[in-house]
Amino acid sequence: MNKRILVSLLLAISLAACSSKPIKDTAPAVEDKSPSTSQTAPDTSKNDSASTSGMTDTQPAINPLKDPNNILSKRSIYFDYDKDEVKPEYRALVEAHAKYLAAHPDAKVFLQGNTDERGTREYNLSLGQRRAVAVKKVLNVLGVADKQIETVSFGEEKAKTNCSDDACWKDDRRVDIAYENE
Amino acid sequence: MIKFRSLLISLVLLMPFASHAALTVEIVGGAAQQIPIAIVPFAQPANQPSLGQQDSIATIVGADLRRSGLFRVLETRAAANQPHQLDEVKYQEWAALQAQALTIGNIESLPGNRLKVSFQLLDVLKQSSLGGLEYNITPAQLRNTAHRIADFIYQKLTGEMGVFATRIAYVTKTGTRYSLQVADADGYNPQTVVASGEPIISPTWSPDGTKLAYVSFEKKKPVIFVQSLVSGQRYVLANFKGNNSAPSWSPDGKRLAIVLTHSSNSQIFTINADGTGLQPLTHTSAIDTEPVWSPDAKWIYFTSDRGGSPQIYRISSAGGDAQRITFEGVYNVSPRISPDGKSLAYIRQEQGKFRVTIQDLASGQVQILSDSAKDESPSFAPNGRLIIYATSINGKGALAAVSADGRVKQRLSETGGDVREPAWSPAAN
Repeated sequence: MNKRILVSLLLAISLAACSSKPIKDTAPAVEDKSPSTSQTAPDTSKNDSASTSGMTDTQPAINPLKDPNNILSKRSIYFDYDKDEVKPEYRALVEAHAKYLAAHPDAKVFLQGNTDERGTREYNLSLGQRRAVAVKKVLNVLGVADKQIETVSFGEEKAKTNCSDDACWKDDRRVDIAYENE
Repeated sequence: MIKFRSLLISLVLLMPFASHAALTVEIVGGAAQQIPIAIVPFAQPANQPSLGQQDSIATIVGADLRRSGLFRVLETRAAANQPHQLDEVKYQEWAALQAQALTIGNIESLPGNRLKVSFQLLDVLKQSSLGGLEYNITPAQLRNTAHRIADFIYQKLTGEMGVFATRIAYVTKTGTRYSLQVADADGYNPQTVVASGEPIISPTWSPDGTKLAYVSFEKKKPVIFVQSLVSGQRYVLANFKGNNSAPSWSPDGKRLAIVLTHSSNSQIFTINADGTGLQPLTHTSAIDTEPVWSPDAKWIYFTSDRGGSPQIYRISSAGGDAQRITFEGVYNVSPRISPDGKSLAYIRQEQGKFRVTIQDLASGQVQILSDSAKDESPSFAPNGRLIIYATSINGKGALAAVSADGRVKQRLSETGGDVREPAWSPAAN
């Protein structure tokens, strides 16, 4: 119940922000995050040791998001069929990104939900979104604010086609973490 | 916002059509009772050699009527006489060929490279005229004129509106390239509305047939655009945080129902066609998506998993409590209301097979219409008789159509890549 109130409150706030604006304001409102572009890279190196302390990264000069030895370079969370539960094996991965976002308040992530090709496009778009929201909620619990997160869905649009078994479909049931301007 | 403008669209739309089809329509079933009709090739002026390069009007009219599954188009060369005027018709000859109806017509040259096309539809048994029309056209309008003649014949002989002069929007995927196309209902004259390297889904026609709303992923997330088919110009209808998808026009064309997520699950909103006046319609923590207006504008039908599995519900377009509409099965999605408001088409999944299903809204009676396994995106023809949908044929996305009674089936195959997301236009003016 509390959750529902919170959600409708959030909706109300975002609606209040949007509804009074004519359409011309819409695109810039979404796109005006570009100033953070230039800040992300310097920020990363400057705060690197802080953000990655306690992690495997030993070379502060390397962007931890790109460092294959850093858990932050791992970006995909896979789901069971028809499920949106974030499995325990992805806990460390999500926690690492939560810490990074806490240390980089200007950074923003897109959580991109995906589904396999079975089913209809618009409904799958909503199912992919539900998975993105599931990851977002874990990040919220770990202290990341909604303003640093955008949940979006590709539904089945990026899925492999002509799969015939779960070994093929399971790769498509995932949320990808993408940092803005990557 | 006109910042994103598609190239050359107005130019393309105004070009005289080339006489080739992107989609080939193949009939795989027909009605039990077919009306036998003879269409005599129209008399043509000798000084219009360009007409010879096009399909003749009689050929196009015959193909339209045959494709409907309701007509048997007779071979006319067997007749000794090829009448073009009423006083040339020998009815006994056509009765002997078992024709119930006969069409005769003429094409004449007019000054300024224009043509006069006239025709008569005749009742062979009653030996009388059922009417006819006359058109003053450019040569480029010949195909469309043939479709309008077929519409006239269809309406006179079946009592239903013909839909041969309508159009179909669909999305093709060739390699990594997506293209939103509009073609004539017979698959000819395809035009590119917008092309992108990212997916395009959910095209939907404005009620006046002049605009398409669609969802494009070109900004790396789903955003709703509205594009004029006349000027080619487009604007962003909705680009809010999260997803923007599943547009559906209100019957008066003034508002759209859309699906937004902000930071949560899909919920239904309504918005003015210019992007102002956003209002929430549903208020759940479940998935509410795929809204579609009833023709009387009173209801919005939609898909929701609020009951645990995706089912179809309806809610007053003014808001309020939702009522569940589908009860059989565990996966019923993509609702579409027939133009008369009496039937609901949707996609049902049973044992892994996704098939086009129709439900009588008054009685609740359900009929599965298709026998394929990967059906999506049903769309009613404006006369309600046919439902076009996306399916998979030999592992490739293809379009198919089925009559609302399940008897007539058509396959529309594309020579190039995948084709999906069909949307039938409103009736031609």
